[in-house]
Amino acid sequence: MKKLYVTIDGNEAVARIAHKTNEVIAIYPITPSSPMAELSDVYTTKGEKNIFGTVPDIMEMQSEGGASGAVHGALQTGALTTTFTSSQGLLLMIPNMYKIAGELTPTVFHVAARSLAAQALSIFGDHSDVMSVRQTGFALYSSNSVQEAHDAALIAQTASLASRIPFLHFFDGFRTSHEVSKIELIDETVMKEMIDEELVFAHRNRALSSDRPVIRGTSQNPDVYFQGRESVNNYYSALPQILQDTMDKFASLTGRAYKLFDYVGVPDAERIIIVMGSSAQSVHESVDYFTAQGEKVGMIKVRLYRPFSTQHLIEALPKTTKSIAVLDRTKEVGAGEPLYLDIVNALNELREYDKLGFDMPKIIGGRYGLSSKEFTPSMIKAVFDELLKPIPKNHFTIGIHDDLSFTSLEWDKSFTLSDTKTFKGVFFGLGSDGTVGANKNSIKIIGEETDNFAQGYFVYDSNKSGSMTTSHLRFGPKEIQSSYLIEKANFVACHQNVFLEKFDILKYADTNAIFLLNSQFSKDIVFSKLPRKVQEEIIEKQIRFFVIDAAHVAKNSGMGRRINTVMQTCFFAISGILEKDEAIAKIKGSIQKSYGKKGQQIVDMNNKAVDTTLANLFEVSIPKTAEGNISMSPLVKGDFDKFVEEITAKIIAGEGDDIPVSGMPDDGTWPTGTTQYQKRNTALEVPVWDANTCIQCNKCVIVCPHAAIRSKVVDEEILADAPSVFSYVKAKGKTFEPQERFTIQVAVEDCTGCSLCVEVCPAKNKSQTNLKAINMVSQEKVHEDGVINWDYFTKLPAYDRNKLDHEKMKESQFLEPMFEFSGACPGCGETPYVKLASQLFGDRMVIANATGCSSIYGGNLPTTPWRKNNEGKGPAWSNSLFEDNAEFGLGFRLAIDKHTQNAREILTDMQEEIGVELAGNILNSHQKNEPEIFEQRLRVEELKKVLNNIQSTNAQRLLNLSDYLVKKSVWMMGGDGWAYDIGYGGLDHVLASGKNVNILVMDTQVYSNTGGQQSKATMTGAVAKFAAGGKPQMPKDLAMMAIAYGNVYVAKIAMGANDAQTVKAFVEAEQYDGPSIIIAYSHCVAHGYDLRYGMDHQKLAVDSGLWPMFRYNPDLKKEGKNPMKLDYKGPQIDVKNFMYQETRFKMVEKLNANNAKEYLQTAREHAQSQYKRYKNIEEISAIQEGVN
Amino acid sequence: MDLTTTYMGLKLKNPIIVGASPLTASFESIKKLEANGASAVVLHSIFEEQINHETKELDHFLFKGSESYAEAIGYFPEVSLSNIESESYLEEIKNLKANISIPIIASLNGVSTGGWINYAKKLESAGVDAIELNITYIPTDIDTDARDIEALYVDALKAVKANVSIPVGVKMNAYFSAPAQMAKKLVDAGANGLVLFDRPVHVDINLENLNSIQIINKSSSKDLSETLRWSAILYKKLNTSLCASTGVSTHEDILKAIMSGADAVQMVSAILQNGESHIQTVLQNLVAWMEEKEYISIEQMKGSISLHHTSNPAAYQRANYMRILTDYRF
Repeated sequence: MKKLYVTIDGNEAVARIAHKTNEVIAIYPITPSSPMAELSDVYTTKGEKNIFGTVPDIMEMQSEGGASGAVHGALQTGALTTTFTSSQGLLLMIPNMYKIAGELTPTVFHVAARSLAAQALSIFGDHSDVMSVRQTGFALYSSNSVQEAHDAALIAQTASLASRIPFLHFFDGFRTSHEVSKIELIDETVMKEMIDEELVFAHRNRALSSDRPVIRGTSQNPDVYFQGRESVNNYYSALPQILQDTMDKFASLTGRAYKLFDYVGVPDAERIIIVMGSSAQSVHESVDYFTAQGEKVGMIKVRLYRPFSTQHLIEALPKTTKSIAVLDRTKEVGAGEPLYLDIVNALNELREYDKLGFDMPKIIGGRYGLSSKEFTPSMIKAVFDELLKPIPKNHFTIGIHDDLSFTSLEWDKSFTLSDTKTFKGVFFGLGSDGTVGANKNSIKIIGEETDNFAQGYFVYDSNKSGSMTTSHLRFGPKEIQSSYLIEKANFVACHQNVFLEKFDILKYADTNAIFLLNSQFSKDIVFSKLPRKVQEEIIEKQIRFFVIDAAHVAKNSGMGRRINTVMQTCFFAISGILEKDEAIAKIKGSIQKSYGKKGQQIVDMNNKAVDTTLANLFEVSIPKTAEGNISMSPLVKGDFDKFVEEITAKIIAGEGDDIPVSGMPDDGTWPTGTTQYQKRNTALEVPVWDANTCIQCNKCVIVCPHAAIRSKVVDEEILADAPSVFSYVKAKGKTFEPQERFTIQVAVEDCTGCSLCVEVCPAKNKSQTNLKAINMVSQEKVHEDGVINWDYFTKLPAYDRNKLDHEKMKESQFLEPMFEFSGACPGCGETPYVKLASQLFGDRMVIANATGCSSIYGGNLPTTPWRKNNEGKGPAWSNSLFEDNAEFGLGFRLAIDKHTQNAREILTDMQEEIGVELAGNILNSHQKNEPEIFEQRLRVEELKKVLNNIQSTNAQRLLNLSDYLVKKSVWMMGGDGWAYDIGYGGLDHVLASGKNVNILVMDTQVYSNTGGQQSKATMTGAVAKFAAGGKPQMPKDLAMMAIAYGNVYVAKIAMGANDAQTVKAFVEAEQYDGPSIIIAYSHCVAHGYDLRYGMDHQKLAVDSGLWPMFRYNPDLKKEGKNPMKLDYKGPQIDVKNFMYQETRFKMVEKLNANNAKEYLQTAREHAQSQYKRYKNIEEISAIQEGVN
Repeated sequence: MDLTTTYMGLKLKNPIIVGASPLTASFESIKKLEANGASAVVLHSIFEEQINHETKELDHFLFKGSESYAEAIGYFPEVSLSNIESESYLEEIKNLKANISIPIIASLNGVSTGGWINYAKKLESAGVDAIELNITYIPTDIDTDARDIEALYVDALKAVKANVSIPVGVKMNAYFSAPAQMAKKLVDAGANGLVLFDRPVHVDINLENLNSIQIINKSSSKDLSETLRWSAILYKKLNTSLCASTGVSTHEDILKAIMSGADAVQMVSAILQNGESHIQTVLQNLVAWMEEKEYISIEQMKGSISLHHTSNPAAYQRANYMRILTDYRF
């Protein structure tokens, strides 16, 4: 059989097997496992059959809990069933895992192992999740590389059927799930040979069937439950050998041999590391290196962790072993880590029964690699070195500096495994320039077109806009086992000039490395334009330096800002991995492969870029000494405190690894308002205000997703010291005094250049109608003035909140935003709503934020966008989980209400002491509106003064609680994935609670944060992940469900269609003393169009009738008014005029024209019937309330 | 009465072709046109920009936002798109071809010689009977020479011709300095027919939102003049078919067009205004007129008042002002 090599990532390697060997796949998105589910959906959409000749069914569920339930059900009725998950998702599956195992049901869950949310969430890899299910009865099977994951997926499936024990096959999240690696593909004939169909029949024969009925899931009592639990023991004791036999059979078919515990090292090793997961590869690589130098070391890769086979362990362990370090990629607080305890226990048991056969070795345990923390050969060396010590440190950590409890081992950072055979390249790119895609492509070319082994790993930063990507590429004749980032590269490419001034890019360059830079400067002057530090590094390390103006080449080829193909061509040309013409032919071949399906036009464009690249690539001659005085630009700016300087700034600079344990907040508490210091400067163009054309409508201010454009009204006198470049005009409107002046200013260094503000601006320049009152100009041109203006602007006083009518859109925009400069995508459709809420209620707001985009741009380090005002008040924010956000927020309300009630009780008791008037005024204030709340604040401050002079327990208590006498605004925020799907049960319960909470659902109609999987909010006819052919069903009407309660305030809004309604809805929802829900149309990058037109699309959505707008306000019933008010006129345009402006809908036409037509018709009818339904509610409500 | 005619080698049952317009955009509408007597249809235009833009746009948005953030490596499923480059349109053509019997002419709009030309081949294999190339181009660049623009037209036509074996016609515009020579160049480059003329969309200014806008202006019989002039001039001068377009609304317009030298006419505005049944009405009137004047066929009258055969060639040849003077003098 011809061997077939492909270069794919771990997720794909697993999905290819899982889809081939199952019949039903129940899925739910969670990073980093989502691609396995996405690929399965695509395979099924394409009609790919499994080895049994049928196309597997894919079912997306509402949560991982739901997915595991569906899996359990499908298994019980006899289908070969699987699922994929990670982290919190796996935790939600635990109840069903016990059931599935308890009923001896064969299945394989494939898990991309990831950290659990503790002091903070992390999407990265470790074994916290899988270690939380080691007690469920599932077999835990670890694979350590992409090839192993591919193989293990099949081995586990086979062994599970044979043993009847369900398997959890896991591999490291990101490191394995997202690493692109050259692997040998398993042929379908091997799969068929491995899986014994008799066992499949046996599984089906055990199924629940009315043709041979049995009953399962009984309830057992003290008399028999215990015995029942023990009845499975023999299955578990048989499993290790069954798995080993399966591995052996696999080896005979493929030549790739595995053991439950695989030993690597010299036979007489004395020092042993035992480890599980991707780091086993690096330890393997290091052991090879050390043993070649004569060291007596070895290692054991743990593959089967549960059930734990002491027998197989001891067979693997050399009898010469003197000391063992067991490495756990998890933390078990207050006890030893699980793998360590298991090893200790295993060896002790053997010793107790005299079966060890040699002297009990010293065993120490250590933690490493939490949340994908790097684990390098230098650290591995430190662990081996530790084992040489007479009393090695137990319960150590490696990879961090623990200056608090002193657990950490020191390691020599300069140590690397010298390996001259492997090419190592590091590439820095911008998220939107295609660098990662091009590198994936390069590694595919090298992996599939040459005899080299190849590996690619990609690192992204924490922002969704203007993010930096780093690609680590290795290839060479030797198998690549380095499961860590490249530290010293032969080739460093910087695809964006600006990075050079921000980060020490060349620290990755080895001596004599090649450095490729994309720069607008020519070869003759580019060196002089580099920061001095970079110049010095080039000279010192004797780096060869190449330059290309890739932006120019890309633009001329019609590729816009995508420089991927150009840079890829340069890489091949300089690196010499392939002969030049061959390289070009291969690149073109891969262009045809990747873009052919998108049309000849795209292929031609890319080919043109390839052809014109080499003529524009130059080697730069290096002077003997550095010249000029360009310094690195500071990454943080402003008036910040020590914490920001020592912690935040370090993380921003990419030096977070160096922060010691003592530097970290111990309970996950972080300061707010730190995005203001991170001047990211990502916009090429920024808006500039034309004071003379402006009509002062403030629309640009309300739509800005990053709060980078703001207006203020101040007295002219204050502006006496304004910089000469600072513009302002007389403030328009009755609210303002004649001497008051209006200004709009832009934070040029924080703006992302999305242009939403320009698109929404209704004013036109009378002499040049292509200009508006806000126009985009090159940031370079206005940077200096912009910074001066912004600095001055931020110091101007905010307008008195009490004098503004918060219900009026225009006036609401003079309120200070307390959510700014987040890492959300440029043009984000969610953040304008978030920012609006912060303007209206920020100074008394507590927010529960569901996991998702809003928790990422709201709380992903290094910096936080939520901030406080000058009085030190502002939103307090927290994220609990994805599924429990409504309940979490309700908890806030319960606590705050309790505090308020308690304070009122004490205040009532202490009336005489405090003063009857003050106490009475506080107790009787309704705090219905801003001025009343302001008054109450003053009274509470007065109260605090009084209380400070009273010595009593009650006074102390009241002082502690007095702030709760001012009304607090409780908000639960999240996306449709939370509100419609995973969190719906809780959300519904909160709506039914009658409590005064406010829910903001930012409805992008997909799971945006995990890359656009369909939710129940996804519109008919939209393509999304998990709905690769377009969604046939209609979206769920969450608003209607909420209205059904009758006492819930419900608003369905779209800022782009009616911003006045948006502002009213927020104010009304907050004022309503009961549950309120706002469902806000949020345009999203996952919709597939230029988001500068986001607001126009919102209007189209409303005009098409697919996004109805209304407000249902139960308060109006008390006034004898109709609670239901439709804020739209029903379908005004055909749905096609909205839908076919967006790729998500238009794509269906390209997939299946007939379906496209059908979906359009369904959507059309839906728009009509929905309008009728809402109209009916409006009419019926009117009749019920006796109004016309 | 023999109303048949031949246009670009296509046998037509009468001279009324329905031109590229919203009327020819849907299957249902084309069925109606056939039922009412249309002898052929030119399908709703497909534009170079449209083909290019569509693929580029799709590529752009499927790519946008991808590989930027660890949790969302992409935002769309990795599906292979089969219907790219308006392939659904090709499917529709196949379907249409199977269901109607009159010839179908596809209309392609473009000026460059880029990848879109391949689309002509796809149209041919989808079964269209001929292609009408619309290469009207507004030369906004003051440095571009007229000859270069003419060369663009010719090159585009040659590129299409090189790709297909079905007849290719060119819809000309009337704004060349030397329309007759341009017509010759096109015929030399292989044009099997010339459509006289294209009617560019009109521009206007919207005073409400202070913007320039395009408006579709319907033509009427009074717009027929230039078509008559140039079909009369070109008749028999070039080895190609002529089709009168712009302003053909009534049976009288058809008669004039044919007599000036056209082989067929394209009608749009009048049908948009009066409905598909207008074709029937015009055909009835045409037959009635021919019967009354004792004509037996369309062929008989073709070119009968062309520049060659008219008793007053000056009407076609001289500028307006001179003709009036002359009329006055005699």
